[in-house]
Amino acid sequence: MRTVTVVGASLSGLYAARELRAQGFDGRLVVVGDEPHRPYDRPPLSKDFLTGRSGEDQLALSDAEETTELDAEWLLGVRARGLDVRGRTVLLGDGRTVSTDGVVIATGASARRLPGCELAGVHTLRTLDDARALRAELAAGTRRVVVIGGGFIGAETASSCAGLGHDVTVVEAAPLPLVPQLGPEMAAVCAGLHRRGGVDLVTGTGVAGLRGTVAVTGVELADGRLLPADIVIVGIGAIPNTDWLAGSTLALHDGVLCDDGCVTALPQVVAVGDVARVGGTRAEHWTSATEQPRVAVRNLLAGHTAETVRPLPYFWSDQYGARIQFAGRRLDTDTVRITEGGVTDDAPDEGGLLALYERDGRTTAVLSVDRPRPFMRARRELGRGVTVAEAAVS
Amino acid sequence: MIPVCRLDDLPAGESVRIDTTPPIAVFNADGELYAIDDTCTHQDASLSEGWLEGCLVECPLHAASFDLRTGRPTCLPARRAVRTHRVTVDDGMVHVHVASEVLAEVAAEEEGTAA
Ligand SMILES: Cc1cc2nc3c(=O)[nH]c(=O)nc-3n(C[C@H](O)[C@H](O)[C@H](O)COP(=O)(O)OP(=O)(O)OC[C@H]3O[C@@H](n4cnc5c(N)ncnc54)[C@H](O)[C@@H]3O)c2cc1C
Ligand code: FES
Repeated sequence: MRTVTVVGASLSGLYAARELRAQGFDGRLVVVGDEPHRPYDRPPLSKDFLTGRSGEDQLALSDAEETTELDAEWLLGVRARGLDVRGRTVLLGDGRTVSTDGVVIATGASARRLPGCELAGVHTLRTLDDARALRAELAAGTRRVVVIGGGFIGAETASSCAGLGHDVTVVEAAPLPLVPQLGPEMAAVCAGLHRRGGVDLVTGTGVAGLRGTVAVTGVELADGRLLPADIVIVGIGAIPNTDWLAGSTLALHDGVLCDDGCVTALPQVVAVGDVARVGGTRAEHWTSATEQPRVAVRNLLAGHTAETVRPLPYFWSDQYGARIQFAGRRLDTDTVRITEGGVTDDAPDEGGLLALYERDGRTTAVLSVDRPRPFMRARRELGRGVTVAEAAVS
Repeated sequence: MIPVCRLDDLPAGESVRIDTTPPIAVFNADGELYAIDDTCTHQDASLSEGWLEGCLVECPLHAASFDLRTGRPTCLPARRAVRTHRVTVDDGMVHVHVASEVLAEVAAEEEGTAA
């Protein structure tokens, strides 16, 4: 392979570029990214960056020294608009083309929007530019903030806004937020964090529409209520960025379909990170985006699937001063048992808690709130395929 | 010099965190004692809560690993070293000698003038 093009210049794209060099690829390396910025880290955008506790310099994923070492051509601020797999060409938005032998698709996902998103005061939170705009508005005095969506990003954003002294309401269409991720029992416990943080949580009602002519003035709920708002943050999930691949012959269905080794139907095209549906599942987790590139690049350079990746899903979230960590694969039929700490006033104890999800006497997943040590132990055991219960006995 | 705890209270494989500014983590790695700054250089996590294996500690948040002898990260996502501090045991009591950044800077400057 003489040229490899990485499309998407963020977390998984950078890790792919690193892996290409680490695994001995010494040909031409091109990285295409539609954002004007060098790779930066997204998780802090809803956390310390939004509250002002950390600045832009702390978001950088790489430095000048590494950039020199990687010896890549960075085409930033330009979108890939097509992939001609036959002609082995990446088509760019400005009309240029890149001839390439191999392609790493790392285009991630975009924030899902609502009609009315163009009103002033309405935000999504996916990019640095989004976060800058929201941070600036939050700095202009106390506001009434409505966060639509009680998922992780919604909850973290609500927590950061409350921490800055704003008056915050979270609207969640489901009866409880985070049920798909945590199951009903633990979702209920984590929902208690909002209350503890002084944030109103309105559940079980969708949003009918946004009110306002130039700037947003309120959020109209499906049950007829109107929540006055100066700032609305829409946190209703993300859509994988596959538009540019339409007509490329690659199979697309909620992501780029690939096998367990991140390889698409074409051996010279692999996909990683939030955009990749690897072996049937698409994760939107930081750790998957950093783990998949090693295997994807190995397979790309080998020309076939030489190695597969099935890492244990892991994610964390910081909200209201609590650190939530989750690892494993749970099913709705799993039972859940708190093995350390507990619940006070329907929220995690001040000292946190550890909960194990179990199926047929085996541990399938683990949740921790502020219990990093036992969580790490449990996560490692899960990763090894040993049940936590067995490990405790031996 | 800061007293940490009795050596008996820090068995092999264990760690403690002391609330200095910034906080410091002290480890007993198979009988050898090490002290480093507790906060991971990547983001906000306490290394005293990490996974200790030999002279390496793995961060509990994104699994960067640090060499306790040098403070240097051995893998991503951390790219900067943590400070290391000297540890002594007197009369069964563990003490940490905090590496002073100010002193280190002065020393470096003096070296610079001498050269
Ligand atoms: C606010 C926020 C907080 C988060 N917090 C956590 C957390 O606490 N824990 C956790 O596990 N995960 C968290 N995540 C998720 C994590 O950040 C993502 O999983 C990770 O960023 C995925 O990396 P990626 O490189 O695959 O995709 P992305 O980071 O989305 O990067 C894709 C890049 O490709 C670019 N691109 C898209 N289309 C094109 C195109 N056609 N041509 C060129 N470039 C293109 C995009 O602009 C973007 O720069 C958070 C995400 C956000 C937004
Ligand atoms: S905070 Fe330690 S690795 Fe990220």
